[in-house]
Amino acid sequence: MVDEVEFTSYYGRPIIKPPVWKTPDVPLYLFLGGAAGSSAVLGALAEGTRRPALARVAHLTAGGGALASVAFLIHDLGRPSRFLNMLRVLKTTSPLSVGSWILAPFSALTTATAGAHLLGRFPLLRRFTGAGAAVLGGPMTTYTAALLADTAVPSWHEAHRELPVVFAGSAMAAGGGITTALTPLDEAGPARRVAAMGAAIELAAMHRVEHGHGLVSEPYRTGRAGKLLKTARACTATGAGLTLLAGRSRTAAAVSGALLAVGSVLTRFGVFDAGMASAKDPRYTVEPQRARARASEAAASRAAAGSRRGS
Amino acid sequence: MTAISSASAAFRGQDRGNRLFGPVPDVTGDRGYADDHPARVGFFTDTSVCIGCKACEVACKEWNLLPMDDAEGTVDALGLTGASYDNTGMLGANSWRHVAFVEQSRAVDLPMPTVGPPGAADGQRPLEDPPVVHPQVPASATTAEQSAPSQTASGDREIRWLMSSDVCKHCTHAACLDVCPTGSLFRTEFGTVVVQEDICNGCGYCVPACPYGVIDQRQDDGRVFKCTLCYDRLTDGLQPACASACPTESIQFGDLDALQARADQRLAALQEKGVEGARLYGRDETDGVGGAGAFFLLLDEPEVYGLPPDPVVTTRDLPAMWRSVGAGAAMVLGLIASAFVGRRR
Ligand code: SF4
Ligand code: SF4
Ligand code: SF4
Repeated sequence: MVDEVEFTSYYGRPIIKPPVWKTPDVPLYLFLGGAAGSSAVLGALAEGTRRPALARVAHLTAGGGALASVAFLIHDLGRPSRFLNMLRVLKTTSPLSVGSWILAPFSALTTATAGAHLLGRFPLLRRFTGAGAAVLGGPMTTYTAALLADTAVPSWHEAHRELPVVFAGSAMAAGGGITTALTPLDEAGPARRVAAMGAAIELAAMHRVEHGHGLVSEPYRTGRAGKLLKTARACTATGAGLTLLAGRSRTAAAVSGALLAVGSVLTRFGVFDAGMASAKDPRYTVEPQRARARASEAAASRAAAGSRRGS
Repeated sequence: MTAISSASAAFRGQDRGNRLFGPVPDVTGDRGYADDHPARVGFFTDTSVCIGCKACEVACKEWNLLPMDDAEGTVDALGLTGASYDNTGMLGANSWRHVAFVEQSRAVDLPMPTVGPPGAADGQRPLEDPPVVHPQVPASATTAEQSAPSQTASGDREIRWLMSSDVCKHCTHAACLDVCPTGSLFRTEFGTVVVQEDICNGCGYCVPACPYGVIDQRQDDGRVFKCTLCYDRLTDGLQPACASACPTESIQFGDLDALQARADQRLAALQEKGVEGARLYGRDETDGVGGAGAFFLLLDEPEVYGLPPDPVVTTRDLPAMWRSVGAGAAMVLGLIASAFVGRRR
């Protein structure tokens, strides 16, 4: 275990560079992309099952969320005018490259769908673009988790298996929640169920992130990130509980949806903050690596001793 | 034009296994250069002979026209860190060489050429002014040894200076290059890793991807910068500026194969002389980044110099991440569809 290891650093300086990504730009980009992704799926299915009000709300949420997500991403660039350089290449080793190739067509399709709703025209085109957006909606909710995890930031990287599940759940809770709040009760059933399932997944997967990775889980429970995530948990759990009443009262639906959306936002901010904290303190980089190095040295010397005895 | 980048070799289905991590015998050819490409070059930085003159830092700044900054990367600011003689602080967008200064106070069995406090060596003069050791002095000595610098004239304690000129490692598996979405970072014909400043859009992804904390964004500019291993000088047949300036040959530049052989000899020679703690860092091609193009001879644990003890290229785990991303996306589609199944409302 890492606890045994004596810790040294160079004047307490971080080993890795903390991300230069800005807050609130990046956490909001994560949240909006996720909410838009799940809403796009909801919208297409609502359209297919003749729930016009739900389809309209979901598609407007998807279009608005996607556009805002793109805006925050561009605003965060050091050279925003060069945004289109993202589409110079497609690299499967870069979640941001793959993500740009998901986000670009997704935002085009959702904007077109939302525009068709607003204009009240082109119903056929709307179905077509809505279906395309729905296919991309799934990956939209999870690619941002790989974006965070594919770094040397200890608390993000170690959680690389769970974070996509957290983000998927968080996206469903947010998209389901927002559409629950804005849709008439008789059409909002699927949205309520999506919201409740998403909240349950978000809470369960986040629990694993917060407790499953020893030392590097610590930043998720302490400091500002700890507070954000605690509040997120309370909002998400309450919002999920309220979905039970959201079928009967428009007020309950609105409160439930708002709480779920806030919970999802806070989860993104909390995850972002925890990663920043783990990057800034060299302990989280050095101690697990030191323990790993000691273990492999010990294994190597055991193997050497074994082969000496053998010969 | 859009092209599938050569950095995605792992997914081209060739040469399975070592695309994302592990040894790569010909990293340059592997990235698509023709067979007559130049040999892979690199640095061997032998910290056991570094005198901390910072000529390397200055030469690098001058040649590459890097702006002045303080230890936090604030441009046009002058700052003193209080961390020994190190006011550069870290590698960053404006410091592509960084000389680390570590003062260790320990019992006199230190293996290195050491400098005692005035008079302590001949034992004649009581030590009135004991060496001030920085309270945070990093050392792999025990805590008791660190926190109790000698107050006596017995001469049983000495200061050991560790100085090391750090630089971009030009990794075999460079996380910065792997994650760059614009293709701005690329592998040169010399096997080095370089940013194309006319393409970088400052997305900042490479910054937290680097396991050594090398590359950084320049404030007021927005783009990222790091050591190019003097790409411009290499193409003209010159040595990198730092290596030409180093008076002690602590920084050695050359073909990586030759440097590795020389480093192995140097390590053996030091170990024969009984220099404990001497080790090569970044030399091992089976390490987490597939070996570094710029590697080091250190005299203590890497973290003492601010280096990660066991760095791993983050993209090693990318297949697992993509699997989880795919499973998550499928789950979202499936669950949302299930919410519509068989219900009226
Ligand atoms: S040390 Fe960092 S910046 Fe340099 S090549 Fe390796 S990953 Fe890139
Ligand atoms: S900041 Fe520039 S070099 Fe770094 S990943 Fe982004 S585009 Fe590539
Ligand atoms: S590496 Fe060479 S130039 Fe740099 S500080 Fe050491 S001795 Fe001086």
